Amino acid sequence: MTVLNETTIRSALRAFIMESFLFGNTEQAFDDSDSFMENGIVDSTGILELISFIEEQYNIQIDDEELIPENLDSINNLVSFIARKTAKMG
Amino acid sequence: MQFNKDSLKINAEKVANQLSDLILSQIGGILKKGGAVVGISGGIDSSVVAALCAKALGPHKVLGVMMPEKESSGESEKLAGKLGEKFGFETIKEDITEGLAGLGCYSERNEAIRNVFPEFDENWRCKIVIPTNILEKKTFNLFSLCIENEAGEKKTKRMPLAAYLQIVAASNFKQRLRMATLYYYAEKRNWAVVGTGNKDEHEQGFFVKYGDGGADLKPIGHLFKIQVFQLAEYLGVPDEIIKRTPTTDTYSAEVTQEEFFFGLDFYRMDMLWYAMENNVPPEKAAKVLGLSVEQVKTGYANIKRKIMATEYLRREPLMANV
Repeated sequence: MTVLNETTIRSALRAFIMESFLFGNTEQAFDDSDSFMENGIVDSTGILELISFIEEQYNIQIDDEELIPENLDSINNLVSFIARKTAKMG
Repeated sequence: MQFNKDSLKINAEKVANQLSDLILSQIGGILKKGGAVVGISGGIDSSVVAALCAKALGPHKVLGVMMPEKESSGESEKLAGKLGEKFGFETIKEDITEGLAGLGCYSERNEAIRNVFPEFDENWRCKIVIPTNILEKKTFNLFSLCIENEAGEKKTKRMPLAAYLQIVAASNFKQRLRMATLYYYAEKRNWAVVGTGNKDEHEQGFFVKYGDGGADLKPIGHLFKIQVFQLAEYLGVPDEIIKRTPTTDTYSAEVTQEEFFFGLDFYRMDMLWYAMENNVPPEKAAKVLGLSVEQVKTGYANIKRKIMATEYLRREPLMANV
């Protein structure tokens, strides 16, 4: 995974979260390392929405045991997780 | 602060008397109503609330309404009837199956289930569950769908968003129709609807907004589930009700409240929650509860997440205030 690809993933995720959960409100700023759940950015229904987005956008299948905060609960965690998953697919 | 195995022990007699006085003053004094209508399911919470109302107002001012539907357990109805006999209040039965069918509860839900399991037959049973090992790993509280055919064979799959939302929305007709039915009987008598949710349900969001969450007063909404058990013992709620595993009575397959929503047995969840609310250091809570520090931290985080994620359910309609 190149730096450019990670940057693309990062900005696509941020755009999706801003649009879907924060209605584009840029005043609700959050860092790439902020926990979605702890900061009230995404709730458990939102996580399902996020999973659907990632599976469709990156053509990957997320297994049940991968549904953990270490993989999904911040932009940074998501970027690393997606990078790992897509790298495995070659 | 003091934290030990008895931290959630209550003086049941004192609490029952306080709540009885409160029910009387709220229904008679604040709401100006003449009695109490309680939806009774044969579960421990509704039994305690009905018994408290009978104590506060006299049994002749209490109406227990049983509202089974075709997927309810027959046991619920039998136990609810026993409760009415024990405390001497009137009970009536209102089967809501036809109303639910008219609203599309079953058909809309089954359509969504077939998007996940195309082979699902309407005579099969279904339930939705969450992970029940919440102390072992940090996990999201994501629902899975479980179906069971007539031979008892089960299949479980995580639900995609659209199916999840449709199944929940359709199933919530059950609680909302029950609420509408309770208000019908309450308004007909100029009585109040008394809610039966406890603290676990209210604060972690295990209720349907404007469904079982819709009531005029909620006398046990501040009590932990394990405190409700203590009150039940004191009030003399029948043993079969106290010993029964709490279920949701929402899905056709048997589903406990632990696997449907809370993900942890009531004793450990309530004690962890109490410890968290009172800022008990994880090391101390771990020692008292026989858990590891990591398990306590994971439990604290899970409870906090549920409270935050369900804030919307507890909100009153937002007003403009301009």
